[in-house]
Amino acid sequence: MIAFVALPILIPFVLIITLLIIRSDKLARWVGPLGAGLLILLSVYLLVLVREHGVIALQMGGWEAPFGITLVVDYLSALMLVVSAIIIFSIAVYALRFLPETIKLNRFFIFFFGLTMGLNGAFVTGDVFNLFVWFEVMLMSSFVLITLGRTKNQLEGGIKYMALNLVGSMFFLAGVGLLYGKTGTLNMAHLAEILKNDDQAILMNTSAVLFFVAFGIKAAVFPLYFWLPASYHTPNITISSLFAGLLTKVGVYTFIRFFTLFFVHDPQFWHQLLLVIAGLTMVAGGMAAAAHYETRRILSYHIISQIGYMIMGLGIFTPLAIAGAVFFTIHNMVAKTNTFLVSGMINKARGTYELKDVGGLFNQSPLMAVLFVIPAFALAGAPPISGFFAKFILIKAGIENGNYGITAVAVLTGMLTLYSMIKIWNEAFLKKQPENEYAKTPFKKLQFAEYFPSVLLGAVSILMGIFAFYVFDFTMEAGAQLTNPELYIETVLKRVNP
Amino acid sequence: MQYILIVYLVVSFGIFILPGWLKKQKALLLTLVQLGAFIYFATRIPEITSMPSEQIFISWLPRLGLNLEFVLDGLSMVFALLVTGIGTLVFLYAKAYMKSYSGTDKFFFYLMLFSAAMLGLVLSANLIQLFIFWELTSFLSYFLISFYHEKESARKAAFQSLYITGFGGLSMLAGIVLLGSVIDSYALNDWIAGADALRESNLYLPGLLLILVGVLTKSAQFPFHFWLPGAMQAPAPVSSYLHSATMVKAGVFLLARLSPVLGGTPEWVYIISMVGVLTMLTGSYFAITQTDLKGILAYTTINALGVLVLLLGIDTKESIKAAMLFLFIHAFYKATLFMVAGLIEKKTGTRELSKLGGLIKYMPFTFVIALLALLSMAGLPPLLGFLGKELIYEAKVQSPGIASLVLVLGVISNVFMVAVSLFFARKVFLGKSPKYEKLPNERGFAFLIGPAVLALLSLVLGLSPDKLGTAIIKPALFVVSTEAVEVKLKIWHGFNQVFYLSLLTIVLGVGLFWAMLKKKKVLEIWRRVNDVVFSVQLEDVFAWVMDKFVVISKMKTKAVQHGYHRYYILTIFVFTTLLLWFQVFVTRSWDFGIAFSMKPFYISGLAVVIILAAAASTVSRSRIVTIIAMGVAGYGISLIFLYYSAIDLAITQILVETLTMVMFMAILQRLPRFAVLSSKRTRFRDFLIALGFGSVMTVLALKAVNVNLNPSISDFFIANSYDRAFGENVVNVILVDFRALDTLGEVTVLTIAALGVYLLLKTKKSKL
Repeated sequence: MIAFVALPILIPFVLIITLLIIRSDKLARWVGPLGAGLLILLSVYLLVLVREHGVIALQMGGWEAPFGITLVVDYLSALMLVVSAIIIFSIAVYALRFLPETIKLNRFFIFFFGLTMGLNGAFVTGDVFNLFVWFEVMLMSSFVLITLGRTKNQLEGGIKYMALNLVGSMFFLAGVGLLYGKTGTLNMAHLAEILKNDDQAILMNTSAVLFFVAFGIKAAVFPLYFWLPASYHTPNITISSLFAGLLTKVGVYTFIRFFTLFFVHDPQFWHQLLLVIAGLTMVAGGMAAAAHYETRRILSYHIISQIGYMIMGLGIFTPLAIAGAVFFTIHNMVAKTNTFLVSGMINKARGTYELKDVGGLFNQSPLMAVLFVIPAFALAGAPPISGFFAKFILIKAGIENGNYGITAVAVLTGMLTLYSMIKIWNEAFLKKQPENEYAKTPFKKLQFAEYFPSVLLGAVSILMGIFAFYVFDFTMEAGAQLTNPELYIETVLKRVNP
Repeated sequence: MQYILIVYLVVSFGIFILPGWLKKQKALLLTLVQLGAFIYFATRIPEITSMPSEQIFISWLPRLGLNLEFVLDGLSMVFALLVTGIGTLVFLYAKAYMKSYSGTDKFFFYLMLFSAAMLGLVLSANLIQLFIFWELTSFLSYFLISFYHEKESARKAAFQSLYITGFGGLSMLAGIVLLGSVIDSYALNDWIAGADALRESNLYLPGLLLILVGVLTKSAQFPFHFWLPGAMQAPAPVSSYLHSATMVKAGVFLLARLSPVLGGTPEWVYIISMVGVLTMLTGSYFAITQTDLKGILAYTTINALGVLVLLLGIDTKESIKAAMLFLFIHAFYKATLFMVAGLIEKKTGTRELSKLGGLIKYMPFTFVIALLALLSMAGLPPLLGFLGKELIYEAKVQSPGIASLVLVLGVISNVFMVAVSLFFARKVFLGKSPKYEKLPNERGFAFLIGPAVLALLSLVLGLSPDKLGTAIIKPALFVVSTEAVEVKLKIWHGFNQVFYLSLLTIVLGVGLFWAMLKKKKVLEIWRRVNDVVFSVQLEDVFAWVMDKFVVISKMKTKAVQHGYHRYYILTIFVFTTLLLWFQVFVTRSWDFGIAFSMKPFYISGLAVVIILAAAASTVSRSRIVTIIAMGVAGYGISLIFLYYSAIDLAITQILVETLTMVMFMAILQRLPRFAVLSSKRTRFRDFLIALGFGSVMTVLALKAVNVNLNPSISDFFIANSYDRAFGENVVNVILVDFRALDTLGEVTVLTIAALGVYLLLKTKKSKL
C-alpha cells in the first residue's frame, strides 16, 4: 500500500518507455489521456491514504532514512498531486486537438510525461538532492517542449528559458553542497530535526539564500522572473497552458516545503523578505499584465502576479495563512490553465492572439464566452467561485496577524486582475470583430475534445467554490501539518509506524 | 425563505433549457415567480413585529466564520418587498420592452440572477455572505449594463461601474474582516451583541472607513457618483430596477443594517451626513441641466441616495423613520419614471428633451402616470412624496450639530427637485409637439401596468399612509434604531416650521421652473457656467487615471523586461550576491576556527595553478588560450579529486573536460572574429559583480567546511557499502543502490536531452 507512493514517478516513467517503443501517433492518442487519467486515480488514492495516516513515507531501496532516499506524501504533496494530475489530464486531451500537424503526438507525450515525472518527483521526494534531480528532469523536458515546434522565436525563448533556469539550478546545487557540508545530511526531515534545536542554525541562512534564489527563479518572483515572460508566449498553446498551470507552482511548493520544514530558524528575516518579495511580485506582474494586449502575454504576466499571493501566505506564516497559500495555489493552477486553454480557442477561432484584432466572440460562441468567464471570475476573486475563498482566507489571515501592508497590496492587486480579465472579455468577446484579415477566418463550431478540458477545469473551479468547506478542510490540515511538522519528521525517520 | 433563492437560481438557469413554446413566455414566467415571492413576503408582514420572524443558520465554512445565515426582520422585509414587488413590475415591463431584441435569454438570465443576488443580500445575516451577494450584484449589473455590448459607450460604462463598485466591494471586505477580527465573528448577531467592543476598538475608524468606501461606491455617493449616470446605457427595465429598488440601494441597506453596530459615534454622524449632503446637492444641481431624460433621472437618483445616506447618517429616530419612508417614495416614483422614459424612447426614438414635447396628445395615460410620479418626486401634496419631504425636514431640523447647514442645503436641493420635476412634465408632455417620424402611441398593455401601479401607490399611500407606517416601517425602524418607536404617518401636520419650509420650497421651485421655461437664457447660461466651473468631469478623471496607469505600467514593464538577456542574468547575480553578503555580515561574529594551512603542497600548488588558469581565461584575447586555460582549471580539479581517492569522480571530470574542449575546438572555426564589444566601464562593472559573487561563494565554502552541525551520513555509506549492499566501491554503491532513484532521474534527463537534441537537429522528413 505504501509502495503506491513511488507510482507518481514510476507511471510516467513507464509511459515514456511505452511511447518510445510503440512509436505510433494513433496509439499515443490513447496512451496520453489514459495515462494521465491513471494519474488522477492514483493521486486521489494517495490523498485518501493521507487522510487515514496523516503522512506516508516510503524508504526507497529499503535504506532507512536518512541514508537512502525517502519519498513522503503529506497533505500538501497529495493536494498538489491531485490538482496537477487533473491539469495534466485536461492538457493531454487538449493536445489531441490543439497541437499543430508538425508536432507528432507520440513525441509530444514523451516529453509531456517527462515533465510529469519530474513534477511528481518534486512533490513526493523527501530528499534535497533528489529534488534537484527532479528539477533537472522538468527543466530538460520543458526546454524540449518549448522548442518542439522548431521556430526561431521558440528557440530564442527556449534558450532564455534554459539559461536563466540553469542559473537557478546552479544556485540550487551550490545550496545543496553547502547544506550537506554543514549538516552532513540530505534528508529533509533529518535536516529539520538537526536544525530544530541548534543554536547555530542561523548559519544556515546563507544556504537558505541560495535556495531562496533558486526557487525564486523557478516560482518566477520579482526580481527573478525574467525567463517566464521571455518564453511562455512562444510555444504552442498546449505547451504554454501546461507550463502556466504547473511549472511555477513547483517553485511555490518547494518554497513552502523548505521554509516550513527546516528553514524556520530566522523567521523575522525570512518572513519579512518573503512578504516584501510577495508584494513586489503581485504589483509588478499585475502592472505588466495591464500593459499588454496579447492574450498569452497578459496571462503570463498575470501568473507572476498571482505567485505573489502564494508567497504572501507563506510570509504571514500562520496555519490559516499557509492554508490560504495552499488553497490559492491549487485554485490558481486550475483557473490559470483554463484561461490559457480558452486563449487557445480564441486563437483557433480567429488565428491570432492579439486582442486588437479579434472580437465578437460572445455572439459567435456563447459556450466559449462561458468557458472564459468561469476561470476569469475565479482569478478575479468573484464569489462564489474558488478564487474568492482563496483570497478571502489570505486577507483574513493577513489582517488577523496584523500584516496590514501586504494585505492592502493584495486587495489592490485584485483590481489589477479585474482590469486584465475585463480587458480580454471586452476586447475578444464583447466588441465587434474589427474588419481585418482575421475576420475572414471561417468560424468552426467547437468540438467536444476542444472544449471538454476547459469544461472540466471550469467545473473544478466552481466545485472548489461550492464545496469550499471540503477543500478548505484539506488545506487547513495541510497548514496544520506544515506549521507543526512533528508528524512528518517522525514518520520519515521511522519513529511512528503508520 | 432560503428556498426562494433556490427557486430563483433554478429558474434563471432554467431559461436556457425551456421548450420552445414556453420560452416565448419566459418573461411572464419570471414575472410570476417574482410575484409569488412578493406574495410570500407580503403574507409574512404580520409576523414581523419586534422580533425577526425567521432566522436560518446553515453551516458552511464554520472555521472561517462563514456560514449561510438569513434573517427576515423588519429591515430585510422592507427591502425584500421592494426587490420582489418592483421586480414583478419590471419583469412585466421588460416583457414588452425587450420583445424586439435578440439575446433575451441572456438578458432575463442576468436580470433574474441579479434579483436573486439582491434578495440574498438583503436577507443576509452574515457579513461575508452579504459581501458575496454584494459582489454578485456588481458583476451581474456589469453584464446588464453592457447588454448592448457592441456599443463602445456601453462597454465603457459597464467597466466603469464594475471597477468603481468592485473597488468599493474589496475595500468593504477588508473592513468587514478587520472589524470581524475584533470580535472573531462575521455573524450579524455577534456584531450587534459586540457593538460596544467594536466601537471602542482602535480598529473602529479604519474598519468603518473601509466599509464606508464600499457603501459609498455602491450607492453612488459623492465623489463616486459618476458611474451611475453612465449606467443608463443599460436597457430601460434594468435602469428602472437598478435605480429604484436594487443595486444602489444596497449601500443604503448596509448602512441601515450596520447602524445599530457602528452608528451613533461622531465619526459616523459627521462623515456620513456630510457625504450625504454633498451627494444630495450634486444630484439635484446637475439634474437641472441634463438634456437626456435618463440623465435627468439618473441625477435625481443621486439626489435621492444622498438624502437617504444623510438621513441614516443623522441617525436619530426621526431621521431613520424618514429614511424608511423615503425609500418607498423614491422606489415608486423612480421606477415609474424610468419605465416611462423607456416607453417614450421606444415610441419616439429619442430621449433628448429638446426633441420632445406635446406627448399628452398621443400618450394621455402615460402623461397622467408620469405626472403623479413627478409630483411625488417634487414632494407636492397629496402624494407620498410630500409626506416624505415633511418628515425629512423634520429630521433635519432636529439633526444634532449640523442642523442649520443641512437644512439650508436641503431646501436648496429640494427647490431644484421641484423645478426639474415640473420642467420634465412641461417639456415632454405639454407645449408644441415637434415632428415625430412616426406618430407615438401607447399601445402595449404591459408597458403601462408597472408604472400605473406604482404611480397609484404613490397617490393612495399618500392619502392614507397609516398602514404602511405601522405594518412595515415600524418593524424596520425597530431593527435599525433598536428600540420601539411609534410611527404615525399623516399628511397634514398643521402650521408648523416644517410646513413653512415646504411652502417656501414649493414657491421657490415653481419660480425657478418659471424662469427656466420663460427665459431660455437661464438654462443656457447655467450650462455654460457648469462647463467652466466643473470643466473637470469625474468620469474623465477616472478614464485619465486608468490610461495613465496603463502608460506607467508599460514603461515599468519595458524597464524590467527589457529583452537584454545579459542584464537578466546580471540582475539575478547582483540580487543573490547582495543577499548572501548580507547574511555573511549578519553572522560575522561567529568563530569558525579556520586554521589555514598550505599543506599538503600538491594541493595548494594545484590550487594556485587553477586560480592562475582561471584568471588567464578572463584576460586572454585569444579564444584558444581561453579554452585551454579553462581546461587546465578543469583538469586541476580532477587531480584534486584523484588526490582524495575519488577515482570515479576524477575520471568523469576528465572525460567531461576533454569532451568540452574538443567540442569547443570544433565550433571555434565557425565563430566570428574575436572582438571587444563592451566598454571599459561595463567590463569593470562585470568584474566587480564576478568578484563579489566569487568571493562570497569562497567564504561560504570555507564556512561549510568548518560548520558541522551533525556527523555526516557518508560514514554510514562507508560502513555499510560492503556488508549490506555488497559493493566495494562506495561511490558506485551510492549511485546504484543507496541513491538509485537519483540515478533513475538522471538517466531520464539524459534520455530526454538526447531525444530533444535529436529532434532539434534532424531534418523534417525523417521520423522518430
